[in-house]
Parts: sequence; C-alpha cells; structure tokens
Amino acid sequence: MDKIKCDCGHLNPYGTIICEACGKPIQEESPEKLLNMRYEGTARRSQTYNTNAVDKIWNFFSSVKVGVWLIVITLIASAIGTIFPQQMYIPPTANPAAYYEEEYGMLGEIYYILGFHNLYSSWWFVLLLGLIGVSITVASIDRGVPLFRSLRNQRVAKHDNFLKKQRMFAVSKRPEDEEQFMEEILFRLKEKRYRIRREGNSILAEKGRFSRWGPYVNHVGLIIFLLGSMLRIVPGLYLDEDMWIREGETKAIKGTDQEYYLKHDKFTFEVYDKKEERFSEALNRVQQPVPKNYQSDVTLYKADEKLPGAKPDLSEVKDYSIQVNKPLEFDGYSLYQVDYRQEMRYMHFELQNAETEEAVGSFSVDLLNPKDDFDLGDGNRVELEGYYPDFYFDKETKKPATKTNIPNNPAFIFKMFTPETPEGEVAFIGIRQNLDPSGDNQYKVAFDGIDTEFTTGLTVKKDYTLPIILIGGIIFMIGVVQGLYWNHRRVWVKVKEEDVWMAAHTNKNWHGIRRELDDITVKLNMKQLVDQQEESKKA
Amino acid sequence: MKKRQRLIMRSVILVVIALALGYTLYNTVFNDKKEPVKAGDTAPNFALEDLEGNQVELKDYKGKGVFLNFWGTYCPPCEKEMPAIQRQYDKYKDQGVVVLAVDIAEPKFTVEKFAKRKNLTFPILLDQQREVVDEYGVGNLPATYLISPEGKVVDKITGELNDTLVRNYMEKIKP
Repeated sequence: MDKIKCDCGHLNPYGTIICEACGKPIQEESPEKLLNMRYEGTARRSQTYNTNAVDKIWNFFSSVKVGVWLIVITLIASAIGTIFPQQMYIPPTANPAAYYEEEYGMLGEIYYILGFHNLYSSWWFVLLLGLIGVSITVASIDRGVPLFRSLRNQRVAKHDNFLKKQRMFAVSKRPEDEEQFMEEILFRLKEKRYRIRREGNSILAEKGRFSRWGPYVNHVGLIIFLLGSMLRIVPGLYLDEDMWIREGETKAIKGTDQEYYLKHDKFTFEVYDKKEERFSEALNRVQQPVPKNYQSDVTLYKADEKLPGAKPDLSEVKDYSIQVNKPLEFDGYSLYQVDYRQEMRYMHFELQNAETEEAVGSFSVDLLNPKDDFDLGDGNRVELEGYYPDFYFDKETKKPATKTNIPNNPAFIFKMFTPETPEGEVAFIGIRQNLDPSGDNQYKVAFDGIDTEFTTGLTVKKDYTLPIILIGGIIFMIGVVQGLYWNHRRVWVKVKEEDVWMAAHTNKNWHGIRRELDDITVKLNMKQLVDQQEESKKA
Repeated sequence: MKKRQRLIMRSVILVVIALALGYTLYNTVFNDKKEPVKAGDTAPNFALEDLEGNQVELKDYKGKGVFLNFWGTYCPPCEKEMPAIQRQYDKYKDQGVVVLAVDIAEPKFTVEKFAKRKNLTFPILLDQQREVVDEYGVGNLPATYLISPEGKVVDKITGELNDTLVRNYMEKIKP
C-alpha cells in the first residue's frame, strides 16, 4: 500500500486516479480521451484498503449498489405491507391468526405467517431501515471526506494532461501582451462572479463549490430523520394510548405513571339543527343527523406519588373542554377527543302488586356499584340478592352466573319485603326476563327504564421526536436545493510558450457553463471551448 | 499510524451505529412496557382497600408468608379453588401464612355476596382501578403469587388449585 509519487513531487494515497496536486492523470497510458472527474479522481477510501473485518464491513456498506438494493428491498416490503390491512386496522376483537386466512384466503395466511400484518414495527423492517442508515453514513464519509480534502487542496496550475482531458477544452493563440490578457480575462471571470486564484501564468476560477456538499447535507438530514423516528421507542419521548372514561369518573391518565388524573365532568354531543335555514336544505338531503360537536368537559389533577392501588392525593390543575382537534395540553401530553359511547348506568324498577300491577314504590340500581338494600317506605323493602352484570345461565351448576364484570346484559335476584309478605319473596329479573321462581309471589319487580351515560374515548399523545424529525426534514430539503439549484463550475487558464490553454468543468448544467464561457471567449477574441464529449459522439 | 487511526475511526462509527440499531431492535421486539413480576423478584408493594374499607399494605405482612391470589367472581376456576384456599388458610393461618385475595374491578356488592356465600374469612382486597393487576402483569385468572416472609416472589402459579397444591404452596412460604 505505497503512496504514489507524482512527477510534480506530490505523494498521493494509494488508489488515486488524478494527482491531488497538479491534476496529472496517474495512469497516463489510459486510452480514455476524457478524465473521469467523479470525486475528483481521489482514492475512495473503501476501495483502497481491504484487510481486516472492520474494513470489509465498511467497504460493504460503502457500496452505492448495496445502498440502492437496501432501498429497493425496503420499498418493495413497504408496498406489500399495504396489500392487506395492518393488524391495527382489523377489528380489535378478531384473532389475527384466523382473521387473515378467513378474509383473504391462503395469501392472507402467508401474509400473516411472514409477519406482514405488523410490518412497520417488525424487527426485520426496522433492521432494513437501520442498514440503510449505516449505508448512508458510511458511503457519505467514504466519499465526502476525500472530496472535501481534494477540493481544499487543489492547486492552481494543473498538468497539461489534466487540461487536455477535460470535457470543455480549447487552445487559442498566444496574446501579444500577456499581462494585459491576464488582467482582461480575470476581469471577465470576476464579472461572472468567479472566485479567482492566480499563480504565475495559470488561473483557476471557481464558483458554487458549496453545491458539491448538497448530497452530504441531504444525507445528514436523512440520518437525523431516521434517528428521530428511532427515538420514538425511547420511554418518555413518545406516547400514543387510548383511554375510556365515564361521565363523573376520575381516572389515572394512561402513560403518565399515575402522575396525572382526569375527571370527566360532562359529555356533550350536538347535531346541526334542521331548523336553521343555512343548513336545512343540506340536512334534509342527507336525512341523518349531522354531528356538530363532540365535547368532554374535564378537570385535570396532579397526584402525589403513591403505591399501586392506594387512593391518590389529587390537586386540581385546570378545567378544560376537549373538542375534536382542540386537545387538552399539559406537560408535553395532549388529550384528543376521538370517540364516545353511550352505556347503561342506572336501571329503574318498580315494586308492584303482582295481580293489580299497582306500584308500591320504586328504586334504581347502579350497575357499576349497586347497593344491596332499598327502603321504599311504608314497610316496603327490596334487597339485592344477586347481581350478574353479564348474565348467562351456567348449565353445569344450574345457577345464574356472569361472563365478565362488564354490565352488557345485567340480571338481578331481588328479595321483596312488604307488610303483607314479611318473610320475603324472591324474584329474578333480567333484560326481557322476569321470573318468579316460586310461582306464587304476591309482588313483583317491574322494569321501569334505563339511564344511560356517556363514556368518552380520548387519545393520550406525547411526541418529543417531532421537532427532531422536522429539523431532519428541513436539512434534507436544504441539501436537495443546494445540490440542485447551484452547480460547481471551474475554469482553468494556462498561458504557455506558444498558445493559451483553457479548460472547464462543471458538475452539471454544461449548457450553462458553455454560454458563460462563450461570452468571455468572444469578448477576448479567443477560440470557443469545445465539448469533447459531444465531439467524440459525433465522430 | 494513519492506518491505525482509520481503523479506530471506522470501528467506533460502526460500533455506535450497531449499538443504536441493537437498542432499537431490542425495544421493537420486546416492546412490553412493564416486565411482569416473576419468581425471584421482590414483590412490588401495594395498598388496597379490603371489604371493610381498611387500607391493607403488602409491606404490613413482612415476616409472614403471603399467598397472593388474583381472582374474579366471573371466573369459574377461581370460584372452584376458593373453598380449598379457605380450608388450608384455616390450618396455616396460625403458622404465619396469610391469604390476600385481590378481586379485579368488580362492585363491592358482588364480592361481598360471594365471600358471604363461600364463608371466606381471609382478607379480600378490591383492585377497582386494576393498578395492582397491571403492576404485577397478571394475565390469566386465577393467578397466585407465593411471597416469602422476606418479601420475595417464590413462584407464580396460573390455573385452578386444589387442597394438596395449596397445602404444598403454603408449606413453601411458611416462615
């Protein structure tokens, strides 16, 4: 791995194509007419040393080919992930193992087995994104650093072969007065906003070098973007949780580790009024009521630290009305209105004379926290003997039972006491069921209506990664603009014994640089620069 | 010299990226927020109300073996194992074993009726906000945690128990 010594005396790293100092092509006998100016002909580090494992890994990721393949694979996988719905969009009660097969047949089953139902958070998808990140980082360092070094170190006077092998090149007659010519051409180049360096009878004019950093700036933005999305999994930086809270209920806000509590004071659901003239035509057309407002009036509390299960010590923070797109915001959290339900809460009953159906008193049962004794006055009393929030009849034990602790299908066993029946009579009552187990009850409990209650569905959100992602995105765009809207142009002029050599290079927009230089050559009465690539195509 | 520097540079960059990626992957695959309590852990302390409205703290039972049972009246195997637990409790309560039966989010009424019907005399605690269930990461019911007098979880058992099993477990945590 020896350094390469150029004729000019400069020591170049192994693998160099064009001498860093004088620009002389290292492989002089190259049959190519034009120089490959990519990365300024510097030794791409990865291509030069390939000795140990670290270098091998480095070289693998430095390859643009590898990077492109990683991106292509990721794109294909992302596309496949949209063919069937992701797991979060299938009904929450469905078992995903069975659901995909039932809904989409064998393809669905394969989809599930390969993990496409949870693609975007699957380990291999995250790994792919990570590898793209590695590829971007390594490839940028590998190309950016040598490019930067060579552009900073470039000399004014270039080797003849360098000039001759540039795409834009021309040889003109030597001017009579060399000094006057120099002054004039410097003036013209300055006029075109070139930055000028002169060494004896050589000139280097350059502009827009910063456009060469565009791709690297762009990659830095991408890395920050990836980093930002990676930070979502760090606890405390990102949160997205759903919670349900009944009217009147106070609950710990999910994801806050019982630090914050929320009381749901009142829920409001409004529809647009048909009588309002502005809307009546449209509303009559759709027939259905159109919602105008979903609103949860809430009180936010802060709690002291406590043991799990213990009653919290709450201090009020603020009152707020959460509406759609008007979240309650506090301490980095946002509570959004996303859903609501109406649920049974109180069941009303009447104690009646079984024959005449004459009421002797009425009472209500709180389905979530029932009392066991109801005094109806005048010696009439009802005891709650059994409560089955989600009633079913257990055939094994031959007894009423409950499936869950949620009042989906409440049923009750009451014991009724009246002055006429001091021993008490038993009645079983459920939805659309009213049984008299003994068959000769003098009294009965009759259903007398239901009170429903709103439960509001809120989403707790917290996202500290968004600013990072935004900054990443902005830097990305700056890089794109920098690389696309500016070009890096260089012009070399060398006054020789018999003639004047002029060569030019740009990283893009060759048409632009030709027009610019034509203007100068015409004014100075020099030969127009020839695009040697176009010439060789024609030939 | 330069070669060495470059090797170090490359290694550092690759290692940093590998660590970040490893962390991301680990958290993506094991994204359960809370590790469930398992054998060998210190039993997390909690405070719940019993049926009489007194606050009961796990810490208060240090020095005793705690038979911590999570249950609900809507869970038939829970119902079936209760008499066995009661019978063994009667035998072991004077030997320093206590049963704490944590009911999961049911009305007090339901639990009271159930306890009366089954003649349960050990403390029954109400976890109405499911905070203790979540803290322990319980899962299927019934679930029993055997807690040593030193406050360590000796074992976690899921599923219905009978007299023999309950006796063996209580022997295990007897001080």
